[in-house]
Amino acid sequence: MAKAKVKAIPKAKKAEGELSWKDIEIGCFITEPGNAIQFKTGDWKSRRPVFDFSKCNKCTLCYYYCPEGCIAETPEGYFDTDLFYCKGCGICAEECPKDAITMAEEEK
Amino acid sequence: MAKREGLEVSVALGDAVKLADTDVVAAYPITPQTHIVEHLAELVADGDLKAAYIPVESEHSAMSACLGASAIGARTFTATASQGLELMHEVLYIASSMRLPVVMAVANRALSAPISIWGDHSDAMAVRDTGWIQIFVENGQETVDNVICAFRIGEDRRVLLPVMIHLDGFSLTHVIEPIILPEQSEVDQFLPPFKYPLPLDPKKPVTMGAFGPPFIYTEVKWAQEVNLEAAKAVILECWQEFGKTFGRYYSPVESHHSEGAKVLLLTMGSLSETAMVAVDKMRGEGKEVGLLKLRLWRPFPFAELRQAVKDAEVLIVLDRALSFGGPGGPVCSEVKAALYHETKKPKVIGFVGGLGGRDISMSGFEEMINKGAELARTGSEREFEIFGVRE
Ligand code: SF4
Ligand code: SF4
Repeated sequence: MAKAKVKAIPKAKKAEGELSWKDIEIGCFITEPGNAIQFKTGDWKSRRPVFDFSKCNKCTLCYYYCPEGCIAETPEGYFDTDLFYCKGCGICAEECPKDAITMAEEEK
Repeated sequence: MAKREGLEVSVALGDAVKLADTDVVAAYPITPQTHIVEHLAELVADGDLKAAYIPVESEHSAMSACLGASAIGARTFTATASQGLELMHEVLYIASSMRLPVVMAVANRALSAPISIWGDHSDAMAVRDTGWIQIFVENGQETVDNVICAFRIGEDRRVLLPVMIHLDGFSLTHVIEPIILPEQSEVDQFLPPFKYPLPLDPKKPVTMGAFGPPFIYTEVKWAQEVNLEAAKAVILECWQEFGKTFGRYYSPVESHHSEGAKVLLLTMGSLSETAMVAVDKMRGEGKEVGLLKLRLWRPFPFAELRQAVKDAEVLIVLDRALSFGGPGGPVCSEVKAALYHETKKPKVIGFVGGLGGRDISMSGFEEMINKGAELARTGSEREFEIFGVRE
């Protein structure tokens, strides 16, 4: 398998909360393809997956099952999530054949 | 030199759309708009107008198709009325919010029930908050002229908003009037080609109509409001330019014998023509009455209205729509709101009349003006008066 790489997040010109009405494109169009990557979409999960590499056999199932595509291979060949995008759906934990993923409560 | 000829207003309107070299027409026929789209379909079928005519299965689809066409940068036109306008209601907001300068003729017609195919302004008023520019015309010439202006206004880089031209169903759409159709060369000069700044283009992709979470929605709506308000300057500029080119001038609030008038009547649309005759007669009898015709409904011409009424003692407003359970007609309540903070302002009396095609004759307008002036003296217990209802 090719090494999966999480694309570096380009810096947004302004943070969400700082955008003025004057910064908005005509009709609120998005002119930069793929800029959704800048937005933290993982901020409403109530549980988050915790990966235990000591149990992981690198089968890649979590990587393929994650509906967010936010699981990537680590330099050591294990798999881990990117909590910036992870929705906490728990599919990875459900599918992992080695029970290497547990869902932990988000505390704040 | 363009010459004056007898034309049905709907046909002349279609010809104006052709003169504007429209690229796409998507429409669903509905009385009394039918002749407009029939004529356009014919022009396209005969090859006289090189445009795509999209026959759709409803007005909702018509407006949706118009959005798509406008989004690729095509000059786009549609027309509807009444229930048809209501059926496209939710899509109207999208046209204005996505800043797509579709031009639409609305053959003003009453809303059901009971079914009425006749004219009033219920449909026009029901869409006043959709963010479109709304212009009312009162005769065939004004229709042709303002359809051409509508493309130039809406497509202006400083505006980029859809425009409705409101003409009264039947009393305008189905009458034959002497109309001057401008020459093609004159229109080509007046109306530059449409260049949408951010069109749908695979070479330079954009996303339109994306999700707007709470952190951005207010900013987007405010940008839209600022933009619609600012459109007024461009509308004035366009009408000025049109006047210079074609010799016919338009303004947001037009007056007829309003100088020195103690009592002013304010009307919109085709009934203004009858009201003018009534005012002429009363002026001839030495009465200090005058007429204001509200042409620009959105953006609302606050400054022009205040200026036009500042010396009057009484302002009578005729609405051809009823805001049920509310303050009467929408036009009157907005006029009142516009004058609320003025220190010197006329007493405002609101009438609702001319509903569902009920005609108001010259003597009817005389009666309305006299009754309005009297109510201004004696006061009324009602928020508004209904005109011509049988007890
Ligand atoms: S919890 Fe859901 S979203 Fe998060 S990594 Fe697992 S599968 Fe992906
Ligand atoms: S599914 Fe479980 S075992 Fe397989 S790669 Fe993911 S964490 Fe490792």
